[in-house]
Amino acid sequence: MNDLQQSSADVSTAPGRSIRVLIAKPGLDGHDRGARVLARAMRDAGFEVIYTGLFQTPEMIATAALQEDVDVVGLSILSGAHMSLFPRIMAELTARRLDDILVIAGGTIPDDDVATLNGLGVAAVFGPGTSLRDIVSFIRANAPVRRDEL
Amino acid sequence: MGLLADAAAGDIRSLARILTLLESRDPIGLAALDRFYPSSGAAHRIGITGPPGAGKSSLIDHLVRSYRALDRKVAVVAVDPSSRSSGGATLGDRIRLLDHHADANVYVRSLASRGQRGGLSAATIDVAHVLDAVGFDPILIESMGVGQDEIDISRFVDTTILVQVPGLGDAVQTLKAGIMEIGEIIAVNKADRPGAAALVRDLRGMVALGHPPQAEFETWLPVVIPVSATTGDGIAKLMESLANHSTFLRESDQLSLRRKNAAFAEVEFLIRADLERRLTQEPHADFSQMIEAIAGRRLSPRAALDQARHQI
Repeated sequence: MNDLQQSSADVSTAPGRSIRVLIAKPGLDGHDRGARVLARAMRDAGFEVIYTGLFQTPEMIATAALQEDVDVVGLSILSGAHMSLFPRIMAELTARRLDDILVIAGGTIPDDDVATLNGLGVAAVFGPGTSLRDIVSFIRANAPVRRDEL
Repeated sequence: MGLLADAAAGDIRSLARILTLLESRDPIGLAALDRFYPSSGAAHRIGITGPPGAGKSSLIDHLVRSYRALDRKVAVVAVDPSSRSSGGATLGDRIRLLDHHADANVYVRSLASRGQRGGLSAATIDVAHVLDAVGFDPILIESMGVGQDEIDISRFVDTTILVQVPGLGDAVQTLKAGIMEIGEIIAVNKADRPGAAALVRDLRGMVALGHPPQAEFETWLPVVIPVSATTGDGIAKLMESLANHSTFLRESDQLSLRRKNAAFAEVEFLIRADLERRLTQEPHADFSQMIEAIAGRRLSPRAALDQARHQI
């Protein structure tokens, strides 16, 4: 058992909600090592991770988030196109009334852009060197708690 | 409007939320199932099973495209395993099904097995009921990658497609009990790879052994179809066989028979899942002392059963 894992035994049969995370790579960069490492870390943290892989358009990401009813969208980007792609992703999520989803981002995003992205609704930007534990903790602390009625 | 009315009216966000609640065994989700269930039953439910990496999701991608060409409203429910240590899961089937994202008549939902054995999660069929009730038809249900004996899916669906691939063993494998006994349609995927023709021949031989020509009227002879999810070869034949089997079920008494069997299987499945849940979660089921004793060789597992019975 590594340090990301939960301590309680046999959580796999537990009913109740599991945190569902969509991990997507928007745009045209073909490097998904980071996204895969994150998908694995989140699995080990007890999250259900929907991994959609490379070359995702904003529409594809928003549709997957909608159909899968995820709590969290994690965007991994290394191409430098975040300032053009992220506003479109946020707009597509809003168009589908998915504003309560926690959106986080990682990859090569300059510090100067972070405030702007936060303003768009990206809750956190995790740069190179961030520990996986910090990302997992952030999700645990900030994933939306939903109250549903029939 | 509420979740239920919105989902019935076609709102995907509400539908997706209901499925999450159902999957979590939340009372709201279960109430939604009770309300939707009477409206379900019209859809052709197709199960797709086979070993990990056999190409189940990729074949489903082709089926979705083919059904959309017929203007059918298609739902896909795909199950991947949950970790038994963390409870987490990596759900990767959707990655093969991304081409349909702009099509409002295609709904794809990934489910984690959440400790359930047998290839499906406890909520998979419930999810199918709801999708059926809101008008999706067909519903394509993809099991986890399975081995030799996970045949649950065939009990719950109208048509089972067993996906096989060359390179996993010789003709003796086709004679074994278990998964080789299911599948109204056996798709040999990666038919462009070496060994595919021999596998098709072996499977056809196996099917013929089980179904002599004199077999009683109105039985379905499993069909073996070489396909390639890469090239699309064989997909038309696969679609034709699906249509044939659907017609066969509807024109014989087999559909109602299968649905009754499925209802029985479902109740049995739910009772089993409930028992398992109680076994692992009820506060009285604390086996820690017993486990210590067994591991310390002071108590045999067999003798422990007698004790455990009193605790459960």
